[in-house]
Parts: sequence; C-alpha cells; structure tokens
Amino acid sequence: MDWPTILLTGLAGVLATAGPLVVAAIGEAISERAGVVNLSLNGTLILSAMAGFAAAVATGSLAAGFLCGAAVGAAAALLVAFAGITLRQSQVAVGFVLALTLRDLAYFLGAPVMGAAGPRLDILPVPLLERLPVVGPMLFRQDVMTYASFLLIAAAWVWIYRTRPGLTLRGLGEQPAAAFVRGADVIRLRYLYTVAGGALVGLAGPMYSLSVKAGWKGTISGLDGLGWIALALTIFGGWHPLRIAAGAYLFAFLQWLGVVLQPFLPGIPSQVLQVAPFPFMILTLVLVNVGQAEWTSRLLALLPEGGRRRLAGLLRLLRASPPAALGQTFKRE
Amino acid sequence: MIRARVLCQQAGRQAGGVILALLAASGLLLLAGASPVEVFRQIGLGAFGSVTRLADVLVVWGPLALVTAGLLVTFAAGLWNIGIEGQIVMGAIGVTGSLRLLQDAPLPAWAVLSVALAAGMMAGAAWAMLSGLLKTVGGVNEIFGGLGLNFIASALILWLIFGPWKRPGIGSMSGTEPFPDSLWLPALAGTRLSFWSVALGLAAVGAVALLLSRTVLGLRLKAVGRNFRAAYLLGVPAWRHLLLAFGLCGALAGVAGFVQVTAVYHRLIPSISSGYGFLGLMVALIIRCRAAWVAPVAVFFAAITIGGIQLPIALQLDSSLSGVLQGLLVLGVLFSDGLRHRAAARP
Amino acid sequence: MDITLQDIRKTFGRVIACDRVTLAVPGGTIQGLLGENGAGKSTLMKILSGFLRPDSGEIRLDGTPVIFRHPADAVRTGVGMLHQDPLDYPTLTVLENFMSGRPERFFPSRSAATRRLRELAGTFGFAIDPRACLDTLTVGERQQLEILRLLSLDVRVLILDEPTTGISAAQKAQLFETLRRLAVEGRTVLFVSHKLEEVESLCHRVAVLRSGALAGAQVPPYTTAELVALMFGRPIVFPQREPAAPGRPVLELRALSAMDDRLRLAPLDFDLRAGEVVGLAGLTGSGQRLLLRTCAGLVRPVAGTVRVNGRDLTGQVYPSCRRHGVVFVPTARLEEGLIGDMNLSEHLLLVQPPRRLFIDRPRALEAAEERIRDFAIRGSPDSLMRELSGGNQQRALLSLLAPPLALILIEEPTRGLDLESAAAVWTRLRAHCRAGAAILFLSSDLDEIRAHSDRIVVFFCGRSSPPLDPSRTDREELGRLIGGKGWDREAAG
Repeated sequence: MDWPTILLTGLAGVLATAGPLVVAAIGEAISERAGVVNLSLNGTLILSAMAGFAAAVATGSLAAGFLCGAAVGAAAALLVAFAGITLRQSQVAVGFVLALTLRDLAYFLGAPVMGAAGPRLDILPVPLLERLPVVGPMLFRQDVMTYASFLLIAAAWVWIYRTRPGLTLRGLGEQPAAAFVRGADVIRLRYLYTVAGGALVGLAGPMYSLSVKAGWKGTISGLDGLGWIALALTIFGGWHPLRIAAGAYLFAFLQWLGVVLQPFLPGIPSQVLQVAPFPFMILTLVLVNVGQAEWTSRLLALLPEGGRRRLAGLLRLLRASPPAALGQTFKRE
Repeated sequence: MIRARVLCQQAGRQAGGVILALLAASGLLLLAGASPVEVFRQIGLGAFGSVTRLADVLVVWGPLALVTAGLLVTFAAGLWNIGIEGQIVMGAIGVTGSLRLLQDAPLPAWAVLSVALAAGMMAGAAWAMLSGLLKTVGGVNEIFGGLGLNFIASALILWLIFGPWKRPGIGSMSGTEPFPDSLWLPALAGTRLSFWSVALGLAAVGAVALLLSRTVLGLRLKAVGRNFRAAYLLGVPAWRHLLLAFGLCGALAGVAGFVQVTAVYHRLIPSISSGYGFLGLMVALIIRCRAAWVAPVAVFFAAITIGGIQLPIALQLDSSLSGVLQGLLVLGVLFSDGLRHRAAARP
Repeated sequence: MDITLQDIRKTFGRVIACDRVTLAVPGGTIQGLLGENGAGKSTLMKILSGFLRPDSGEIRLDGTPVIFRHPADAVRTGVGMLHQDPLDYPTLTVLENFMSGRPERFFPSRSAATRRLRELAGTFGFAIDPRACLDTLTVGERQQLEILRLLSLDVRVLILDEPTTGISAAQKAQLFETLRRLAVEGRTVLFVSHKLEEVESLCHRVAVLRSGALAGAQVPPYTTAELVALMFGRPIVFPQREPAAPGRPVLELRALSAMDDRLRLAPLDFDLRAGEVVGLAGLTGSGQRLLLRTCAGLVRPVAGTVRVNGRDLTGQVYPSCRRHGVVFVPTARLEEGLIGDMNLSEHLLLVQPPRRLFIDRPRALEAAEERIRDFAIRGSPDSLMRELSGGNQQRALLSLLAPPLALILIEEPTRGLDLESAAAVWTRLRAHCRAGAAILFLSSDLDEIRAHSDRIVVFFCGRSSPPLDPSRTDREELGRLIGGKGWDREAAG
C-alpha cells in the first residue's frame, strides 16, 4: 500500500475508534452541565461493553446489544443521581466506587461469554458520498454507530446552544436556584439529564465490544482506562460538544500514531507507546487550566498591551471553567 | 469506656449498610447461579481456614493499612488522592532502584534496606507532590492529575521491566530478577508474612490517628480541607499544607511499595501495587475517614481479597467477585448513610 | 393587584421565621418592609413569591386565595421577586438571561427577544447591551435586567429584597424612579430593606417586622425614632468617631499598580498613618477591592511598592504580610473568612503561630470562653461557625484579630448586619485603632464610609481620587465622583 492510502484508512480508523469516546464524553458533559458529576464512567463503559456483547450474542441482534448497553449506562447513572441528589452523598465518592465495582462486576458476570464469537457491526458506505475524494473513504465508509457519533456532536451542540431546554440545561449546573425561580423542576431535570447522559455512556460500551474492539476478552479487552480518558475529555473539551470531539479525535490519532511508529522505534516497548497518549491528555489539561492560574495573569500583565490582549484572548479560548454548581445538591430552603 | 461506646454506635450505624450490601450480593450470586451461603463460606474459609491463609490476609493487610492511613491525611486536607496507585508504583521503583545499586555493595542488609525504605518514601512523596503541584500551580484537579500520573507510572514501570532492568535474556511480565534473599524482609516460618509489614502498618495507622486528632498540624490540615480560602486568610499557609498532605500520603504509599518489593514479591513486577491504592480509597470511604476503624476494616477487606482467590477452583466463579463484594459494601454504607440522614431530616 | 397575607407561619426546624403575620397591601402602592436581620422579611417575601411554602396561613390576590407550588406559578399569576443575591446566570449573556424562563418556542428567536429587551430597556432608560456577558455587569445592572425580565412576563406585583445593597447612588435614584413609575401604572411594589432613610423616602406605607412577627406599621409622615423602636425594641448606641491623632505612617504606597482580568489600577501614591481609618468608595469593581487585596499580598502588584511600618512588602504573599501585622478580613464570611464546620476554639488555635506540636484543649477552651465574653458572641466555644448568625460570625471573625496589628484591611465590615451588630463591629475596630493600628476598608454603604472614615478615597474605573475630608465632602459630591463625574477637574486640579 502507498502512503496516502495508509494515511486515509488510518484516519478513517481514527474517526471510528474515537466514536465511543465522543459519545461517552458528550454523555458525561450533558450530565455535568446539569450539575451532576458521574465519575463511574470507567466501570460503566466496561460493564455496558460486556452486557451489550452478551445481549447481542444471546439474541443475535446488534440492536439488542446497543439497547442493553444503554440500559446499563442509564442504570448506573440513576444510582449516582439517586445517591447524589436524593441522598445527598458525595457524587465523587459514589461514582468512584461504582467505577471500580462495575468493572469487577463486568469481569465477574462476563466470564461465561469470554472469548465467545459474536456479531459485529458492518461497514455501511453512504452511496455516492463514499466516492468523494479523500472525504469519501474517511467519513462515509463507516459503520452506523460512527455516523451516529457524528450526528450526536451536532445534535448536542444544537440542543445546548440553540434550544429553550438547552438554555435551562446550561443554567441548571450554573445556578440551580436561578433555574428554579425561572420555572425549572431542578431535581427532575437533573435526574433526566444524568440518566440520559449515562445512557449515552452505556452506548459507548457496545460501540467497543460490537465494533471497534469487537468481542469480550475479560480483563484483556483493552477497555480499562478509556472511561477515565472520556472523563478527561469532558474537561478538556470545556463541556462543549465540538471541543470534546476535537479532543477525542486527537487522542485516537495519537494512539494510531503510536501503532504506526512502533516499527521505527524498536527501543521502546509497545506497552509504553500504548500509554503515551495518556500523559499527553494531562498536559492538555494543564494547558486548559493554565489560563485561570493567578501567576499567568501576573505574567500577562508584564507583556506589552497588544500582545497581552492577543494572548489573553487565546487563553480565554482554551479556558474552560466547570459548571459552578457541579456536584452540589440543590436545596429549596 | 465512652470511647468504646462511640465505636459501638458507629459500628451499629453501619450494620444497615452491610446488610444492604449482603442482600445485593446474594441477589447477584443467585443471578449467576451460585449459592450465596456457599460463596460466603468459601470466602471465609479461604481467608481464615488455615494459618497460612490467615498469614496471607495479613500480607495484604500491611500495605493496605499503610495506604489507607496515608489517604486519611489527604482526605483530611480535602483531597481525592486517586494518584495513590502511581505513588505505590513509584515507591516500589525507588526501592528497587536503590536495592539494585546497593545489593553488591559491602554493606549490612539492614543498612541497604533502610536506604531502600527511605528511597521508596521519597519517590512516593515526590510523585504525590507532583499531583499537588499540578493542582496548585497548574490548576489541574487532583483526580485527573492523579489518574494521569498513574498512567505515567505504569508506563514507566513497564519500560523499566522490559528495558533497562530486564532479566538476563528477555524481559517479561514476570518482572525483574529476584533479589538475593539476604535483602528479603524476614518472614515468619512457613508463611509469606513478614513481621515488619504488620509493624509498619500499625505504626502508620497509629501515627496518622495521633496526627489528625491531637496535633496542631492535623487541625490545620483539616482546616485547609474544609475551607481552603478561609484557612489561608486565617494565616494557615494553605498551599504548603496541601503539598504536605500529598507528601505524607505519598511517603506512606512508598512504604507500601517497599513492603511489596522486599517482603512480598522480592522483585519488581508490573502490577506491584496490586490495586491496593484504590482498595485503600474504598476502605477510607467506608470508614468515613475515622482512624480507629482502619485496622479492623482493612483486615476485613484483605480477607475478602484473599478469600476470593480460590473461588475459581472451588466454585468456578471468577475471583473478580471480591472486588464486587468490596464495592457493594462501600456502596451499601454510602446509601444507608444517605437514607438514614434523609429519614432524620423528615419531620 | 391587592395582596393579603393572612396568618402566615413558617418554621425552620425549631426557629420560627414567620409567626402568624398578617399584612394587606392595596394595589398601586409601594409597601415598605422594615426589620433587622433575621426579622423574617425575606422569608415572608419568599413565601409570597412561591419560593417557600408556608406551614400555615393563606395568600389572597384581589380577594382570591392562591397556592403557589413553585416560583413560576407565582410569576404566572403576576407576582415576581428580585432576590437579595441576584438569581441569574453569570456565565451566560444578558440576552440569554432575559430569554431564560420566558415562554419561548423550542428554537427561541434571538432577534425577537433582543427587540423586546431593547424596547423595555428604552422605556425605563436602562442602558443594557444584550450581547454582553452577565459577569461583566454591575450588580445594579443585573438588577435592572431582572426587573425587565419580570416586567416582560407581565408581573403586577414586584417584590424587591434589599435591592440597594451594592449599587451606586445613581443606580439607586434610577431604581426608585422606576419603582414609583410602576406604582403609578397600578402595580404593587414590596420593598424590603433595613435602611430607614430609603424606606422613608420611597414607600407609601411601612410595616415593621421583629423576630418573625409584625411589630407595627406607619404611613407618612414617618417618625424615625418610632420606626427604630419598632425595629429593635431597644435603643442603640452608635460609636462616635474620634478624630485620629496623626501617628507615624503605617502603610506607604508608591506608584502602586495592580491588575485583574478586567481592570488595571492607575498608579497610586498614598500614606496611611497609625490610628487612622480610611474608607474606599466606588462602584463594585472600580478598583477598591483590588487595592485592598494588593495591600494584603493576595494580588501581586505589577508596579510600585508597598511598605508597611517602613518594611518593603512589595510582592510578598499574604502569609508573610500577616507576619508583619497585616490582616485581611473578607466580606464573604462563611466562604472566605471562617470555616463553617469548625468552632471558635479551633479557630483560635489556627490563628496562633504553631509553637506546640500537640493541641492544648483546656487552654483553647478557656481562650474561646474569654473571647465570647469580651465580644458578646451568642454561642459557646464548641458551636460551629455556620450555626452562628451573621452578626455573631462577624464578631467571631473580629475576635480572631490578635494585637499587635499594624494594618487592618477589611471589606464591607458591616454588610448584612443589623444596626446593633454594626455598632459593635465599629467599636471593636476603633479599639484596634487606639492601639496603633491603621484601617483601610471598603464599603458600598456611603453612610458607613462617611460616618467612620478620617479620609475617603473614591475609585472609578481603576482611578483613585485624592483623599477627601468627610466633613467637607457631602453625599452628593461623593455620589458624583462614584458615578464618574468631575474626574477631569480632579485630574487638572
């Protein structure tokens, strides 16, 4: 194969492998925008991958697999919401424990289907569009869930920034009391968005086990850690669907780069290259946050006016502050 | 007397949560086609059935108690030190590195081991303080900074085991070349248990309990944890205290790494932390950071871990059940706490 | 719209916030509601606006009993409330704040909403840019926006809870004008305040609440003494200002400049002498807060020097400033000043330099008892800070200031305090002055500034006026400077 083809198929693969991350991170962003932090992502993702795969194997239906995954994700989110909103426990604590427990639960319950042969999502080229040069093979020769991930980016953006309920959603995590006096049922909406966001996270699991990393191989399925990455992407993306997507594609691209470059770097064990993108995520997180640090503004103050403005603008663009009421319970009295 | 009564009350309050967890676990086991009674019996047997097993439980207990004690310090300062796993790993790397340097030197074993312990503590503390610096200077939430540093630490340990520190011949997941047994912490006859592991664990728990309840430093750490800004304006150097809390916790994680290398595995392996960092977080959560409970609850959790090992052979169940049980226990306590507060709030 | 509140009762745990309050307000009036902090004014109004549900009692509008399950119910029926802390979304734009909660379509039309907002703002002479981000607005502007939003929802009863806190004199005048106009249009206005002169100048009638119950009512002409008696049920002693004997300079600022993301402080030269009290006036965000925080070492200056008692503290962080006798007392008591989950004796241990390793509990308790006696704090050494009332929290905060102090930097010393607590706070601060400390404070309450300052510095957009003598500067002149008028003359003179 020549280089352009390798690059194109590689990039198409990047878009596909990033799909589940996009879906999970946007799901988390929706939940956090409503003010609930669901830290269980890593466990939810693995359990829903296993459950989706098992359901697909049992019924022979891929749709059943995805539905089952979404249901698992929604149920996990419901637990976080119930503990956090109704029982006023720390959302971080419950989410963290769930992240560990659901992972082990997946390994425990998934033992019978380990290594089983299961269905896999087919590539579904879009007629005509797939023939476009460059864009065609990249964007339009994917499976249906990858298309869905593209659509989700746009749909989430429209919902959050262009609709009436989206306006309320943005207020919900920012200042719930203000949303309350404006007629919103804070508790109900928070439950709703958390569960919806959890369902999206749950969809991401089968996207792995029925497509990107098809099958269920227990602890060596290669899914452990991805949920944490999705969480980091939510922050890196500033709770903004487009930026989250950009982050997810960047991450998948770096992972792909690691695989491609491996033959040229014999000195570095493959295990090291596989985790290399993770430190990179941390660096970007630092970059995102650096605009808020006190010492940056002090450094900025030393620059001449013109340059300062431009740099401050750039930092503001990068900056992302979390919803102000994230993780807090709303009390009417 | 009063103290004993308080402890009994606390235990009584958590009983509801434990029952909740056991019910959930039983339902799960029935779903998986296993008899809950048989499973719990097997776990009990697996943990306490023989002296060797009991010793194995204490082998887990040592590092777990060390890690949990450290986490009480960071929790007191309001920090979620998820980077604890990486801190154990870095501690173990520090220990292994110094042992490799000194194992051929003409020094008595105790001196080499003491240097290794110090190196492990420093490595763990440094890695923890990196989390702290990311938070204080970079504004990165310690949960994400810590997770990232965990990933980096695991990349580093893999690289060392497959690269510079690989066994003669080819590197493998089985770890580095074992150290000569003069550098092993002495084990009780016929077991893998070292007296030092338990002693270090007890000392750490005691010291942390004293620190948090009786000292001015402990009070200051708690102030920083409850209201960082106010503590700073009241004259507590809050940033320094955050770093200090990280450093103390990381140092204890480093001691856990030391125990893992010198008393348990006698070499560096990729999974040297055995997940005790996250397990310690669970213990700290279930005891709501009350130091008096660290020792007994850590025994309980260690027993579940050890008891689960023989499940695949005895009952053809995956040993990840241990993790599920531990998680359900913590969730049970968190939920029953919430339910009780809710009931109390109702007029 | 006529309002009748009949036997409204509301309790929080064992505290009775409203005790069978009955109040009738005819349509088209501005009804004042006076009372000290914790008298139950806000609770009563939150019940009327549907934010809280009463334990018992009845609300009637134009004679018809209504039950509000939700604030939105109340707005639909025509009752809207402006809360004391603005309930809006600081990170969204003005327009988005305006649109939120309005019965818009699923895909709201921004242009239509902009038109509606501009039109309403025009009627009342408010200058609000719909595209601006809300957190760039002053509190006064946010209030205006909220009033416009409620009016666009066609409320006929408007409740305002302490609306004049933190807004400028000009904005206050504009607000009062608007309220009078609304009353003329036949709307009912309920104006909650603990400031007598505001209520006296604006309201058609006044009701006074004390300890959750209605203490009395008045119609003009008001007698201030009677209102005070109704509010407190006891006379209040106000601390007298003693002119400061000029001591040695404590704080010397030379060409000091600092900046935050919105504002750059123009270079400032200023001396503060021992025993002196200087008040900083200005609209929120004009630079006075930035100056205080720069002097405290919480913000690093970009140019110039800060010297305290002759020692150069430029660029030092707060802990080292503190070691040299500089203390900073923030306005948000439970957010920045005190640790809500700790008690007074623990606070006392925190502020002492940590000489001992172990805590000496008996001594800490004894010290706390002593402060509680000296500062008349209602509470015990082990009551948690968040359980104390605002006034007692402020007293506790002041009790932590241990002499010898060189410089006290204090934000809004009496915000949200009733007159008695406010008097106690200033008595305490004066005592520190007599002991040789200098005080630099900022306040949005002009009367507080005029009453307690030896000199006043006014801030506007990062610029600062030369120190003014309060006895020779009247309220109007201060108001003009705060509003940004007459600065060119100042600069020229």
